[in-house]
Amino acid sequence: MNDSTLDGPLVRIKGLHKHFGDNEVLRGIDLDIAEGEVVCLIGPSGSGKSTLLRCVNLLETPTEGTVTAAGHDMTGPDADLDAARRDIGMVFQHFNLFSHLSILDNVAIAQRRVLKTPRAEAEAEARRLLAEVGIEGKERAKPAQLSGGQQQRVAIARALAMGPKLMLFDEPTSALDPELVGEVLSVMKGLAAEGMTMLVVTHEMSFAREVADRVIFLDGGVIVESGPPAEVLTAPKTERARGFLHRVLHPVD
Amino acid sequence: MAARTRPRLAQRQRRRISRAIQYTVAAAVVIAIAVFADWGRIADSFLQLDIAAGMFPAVWTAFWNTIVYTLLAFVFGMVAGVPIALMRVSAFAPYRWFAAGYVEVFRGLPALLVLFLVGFGVPQAFPGIQYPGGVYGQVAIGLGLTSSAYIAESVRAGIAAVPKGQVEAARSLGMSHTRTMVTVVLPQALRIVIPPLTNELVMLTKDSSLVFVLGVTTATMELSKFARNELTSSANATPLLVGGLLYLLLTVPLSILARRLEKRGDAR
Repeated sequence: MNDSTLDGPLVRIKGLHKHFGDNEVLRGIDLDIAEGEVVCLIGPSGSGKSTLLRCVNLLETPTEGTVTAAGHDMTGPDADLDAARRDIGMVFQHFNLFSHLSILDNVAIAQRRVLKTPRAEAEAEARRLLAEVGIEGKERAKPAQLSGGQQQRVAIARALAMGPKLMLFDEPTSALDPELVGEVLSVMKGLAAEGMTMLVVTHEMSFAREVADRVIFLDGGVIVESGPPAEVLTAPKTERARGFLHRVLHPVD
Repeated sequence: MAARTRPRLAQRQRRRISRAIQYTVAAAVVIAIAVFADWGRIADSFLQLDIAAGMFPAVWTAFWNTIVYTLLAFVFGMVAGVPIALMRVSAFAPYRWFAAGYVEVFRGLPALLVLFLVGFGVPQAFPGIQYPGGVYGQVAIGLGLTSSAYIAESVRAGIAAVPKGQVEAARSLGMSHTRTMVTVVLPQALRIVIPPLTNELVMLTKDSSLVFVLGVTTATMELSKFARNELTSSANATPLLVGGLLYLLLTVPLSILARRLEKRGDAR
């Protein structure tokens, strides 16, 4: 059931609609993501990218449609969301590190409390992951003592600690000072190179161009364009995508 | 535009005049008290050193009891108040209704009346009921019920102040709702409400003076009752001053602590 060797795509979204009151944010999304694929979601603010991402692990409940992810039927009546979310890591725009816990505990806590991993084992794994994202010697520090870039890398390590099959990134670099964006993107790039399946909401077009297998342009709650980055980012077919990309790449004129 | 009949004073000048008036009034009040008060009589009433000395060491028992009553009530208040706060934010509506009712009742009733209810009402309605620890149990529950309502409201506010992103991060890691509450939300909420909880402790210290209505012995007497007995036996107000100073010995450090913690919270 929750088996990564499951045939078919790792994520399958069908007929997804999401309303907030009268506001129809998503208006019929169909999307498959294959295992190992890196998909970047781009689009103007309010286009529904973040909502779509949050519908994958059911942080938002879809109004209509079905979602299966990492072998779990997320929208089924008997869905065990807590179990499913262990297989789906999420990284937030504002890091959302647990402010009362040390860096080490931030990464180890879910293993200890959810997977019931013994403390020593969980902390060893946490140290390994922290080293992997380039955070060393900060184990005892509190999140507020770290820079934004460091916090976001810890947040990635925290999500990886559960051994997820899929990683969701919700504008992971949008809250960072420009000089800190690179360190987070390079960790994400490494993750993609290791074969992690990733769905990334981003405004970093160079990252999308370099790392994504597929770029999806979302506008008005529907997928307007979808294809390899060279296609969507360089030669968009629709006027809407052309306009958006022009505004993002040439903000001044 | 209406024409001005005379030019307004500059703000600086106005401020200086107002300041001068306030200092003058304050000085006048101090001088009036110094001149007109009968200092000899005041000293006779409040500052009889032999009466003050006579209260010791017996007053320490009462002082200690005040601390014990306060802490017992506070512990009961926390043990009852935190779950009530959790019920207040529960997704299960009957819990919310119960918790809202509980808070309204025990916040709305005078502590004195609750103490009477626990001390006399309940034993009458349920004959043979025994409070664990006798009067100590009665105090813990009697003062703790009122306190738990205030604590529940503080903790609820603390829970509401924990950013939503913290909950989302925990849920996205596969923590259940309950696990998220225990591991992430409550520890942060309690940190946020340390200052109001310290204030609650100050209130309880003073409310412990109501315990006398339960009928106390020399061994279980708290500060106010002790001071009042001494007042009667010595026909002098000095014991009130001593008792009052001993209360301040407890409450002033707590208030200072609360203010420090509040400042530290702001700095975060």
